[in-house]
Amino acid sequence: MASNSHNEDVRVRDLITEKRAKKSISQIFEKIIPIILFSFALITILTTIGIIYTLLVETIEFFKRVPIWDFFTGTVLRPLSQDPQFGVLPLINGTIISSVIAMLVAGPIGIMAAIYLSEYASDKIRRVLKPMLEVLAGIPTIVYGFFAFTFVTPLIRSIWPDVEATNILSPGIVMGIMIIPMIASLSEDAMSSVPNSIRDGAYALGATRLETTFKVVIPAALSGIIASFILGISRAIGETMIVTIASGSSKNFTFDITESMQTMTAYIVEVAGGDAGAGTTIYYSLYAVAMTLFVFTLLMNLLARYVSRKFREEY
Amino acid sequence: MKLMDPSKMQARMHRRIYQNNILKYIFLLATLFGLVVLATLIIRVLNDGLGWIDFNFLTGRLSNDAERAGIMGAILGTFWLMVVVAPVTLIVGIGTAIFLELYLKKGKAQSFIQTNISNLAGVPSIVYGILGLTIFVRLMDMGNIVLAGGLTLSLLVLPIIIVAAQEAIRAVPSFLTEASYGMGATKWQTIKNIILPAALPGMLTGAILALSRAIGETAPLTVIGIPALIIPFPSGITDKFTALPMQIYYWTLDSSLVAEYANLAAATIVVLLLLLFILNSTAIFIRNKFQQRY
Repeated sequence: MASNSHNEDVRVRDLITEKRAKKSISQIFEKIIPIILFSFALITILTTIGIIYTLLVETIEFFKRVPIWDFFTGTVLRPLSQDPQFGVLPLINGTIISSVIAMLVAGPIGIMAAIYLSEYASDKIRRVLKPMLEVLAGIPTIVYGFFAFTFVTPLIRSIWPDVEATNILSPGIVMGIMIIPMIASLSEDAMSSVPNSIRDGAYALGATRLETTFKVVIPAALSGIIASFILGISRAIGETMIVTIASGSSKNFTFDITESMQTMTAYIVEVAGGDAGAGTTIYYSLYAVAMTLFVFTLLMNLLARYVSRKFREEY
Repeated sequence: MKLMDPSKMQARMHRRIYQNNILKYIFLLATLFGLVVLATLIIRVLNDGLGWIDFNFLTGRLSNDAERAGIMGAILGTFWLMVVVAPVTLIVGIGTAIFLELYLKKGKAQSFIQTNISNLAGVPSIVYGILGLTIFVRLMDMGNIVLAGGLTLSLLVLPIIIVAAQEAIRAVPSFLTEASYGMGATKWQTIKNIILPAALPGMLTGAILALSRAIGETAPLTVIGIPALIIPFPSGITDKFTALPMQIYYWTLDSSLVAEYANLAAATIVVLLLLLFILNSTAIFIRNKFQQRY
């Protein structure tokens, strides 16, 4: 009996040491895993640093060759001529005009779709329509580019013959169509989060659905709706393939929407796709334009977040 | 005592209800507008491209002769890109999400990384192209190979999968993790055995959506410099390559010179959209099939 319990004693002791050995391995695991995971999280920060650093270094190099004042106020962009000039205004102009056209399409249609989905549609209809609208957002932009170039441009030209084969109007419209789901979905989220008690209050006072929407729901959801517009603009500014394909590469400083214009993004594609050797001024101009584009979109995104935080109505 | 004239009110009432009904249909039309465009786009692409898709087109080499051109090289290029993007985004994305949600304490550092990720999500894809060109292609001297393109696209879609994985982790109910801790499990054991299995469907859905975004991206690849020339089929991640969207891009650009190139572009779009459709259906399937509600 005694020897038996002694045996068991030993077994338990073995078990304990075995367990300790295991434990030290698992303790090492517990210590190492967070470090590995942290290094993954670091990649996102390194990406940001990488973007800002590469853009900044090469942009500074560019401004050593082309004065910063000439760059931001120059209306002539002739990177390939004997006497190259690097005014960015034609590109900024093209970017703004295409974004304005896009927002003229996406803004009204997006918000009307949001109103319908949030205020009028039954649950059943919304559950069918919303995913279908989101398909539109999932289509690659290159497909939209093809659509703008081979379908929308000929269509516009058949109505309005003055429009050139490459023009800013058609990609602007198509870009707007691309942005509709984004504005509709974000605005719908904002409007859906307005509590029903407020709507019911308006109905009880005898307001129609329309009056409730415009006088109660939209004011209450305004911060979210404005934020969705700003994000839409930011998306339009950064959009590349549609304008590259359908608007050509004319660097004219013009306000005529029937003509070809180049956006900042399209310029980057043109220069990077060409044979700009490293070290040439035109190569550095790539970074200066990209930096401008980056700052533009970053400001828009920060503004959107500020608006939706600052002016949010809490219920 | 009457303060209101009922007949006037009645008249106004009619107008208000009428307005409401009219605008309701205008709003509906606006919602349908996007769908009409979508339908037009798909019909147009099918109409132009479907007739050009045959065995030769899918398995053939690129050629200047429209009748003989094939997209096998582009299909393989897209495939090898996925081979790079899928594991990189999955591991880094889920790892980052776990770190942010489960290890990092709420505070300045956490909100800094979170803000940084949402800012990255808003950076135009072409800027990632410039990052890839500078870091991977030039600085690391990879050249325009699959690996350089794949890593660039991975950085681009990383925010998507991180956010999706974070949401999936947050959706795991606390009673599961607390039960695990109560049984004496360590933190990593809990993550590995409880949280990851429960959050996996949501993570995979996000990963597939990120992957389908990466497949359709063109702008970063144009910046990295994918040749329009006829090159051998890529057979690994260190080969030069072309991808489906790049092929669509070049054929669309040249369609003003050779009309048939527009058909080739449309046919390639059909292949690309089909691929995206399959990926997205898989994502929806996974979400519906495996996602548990607690």
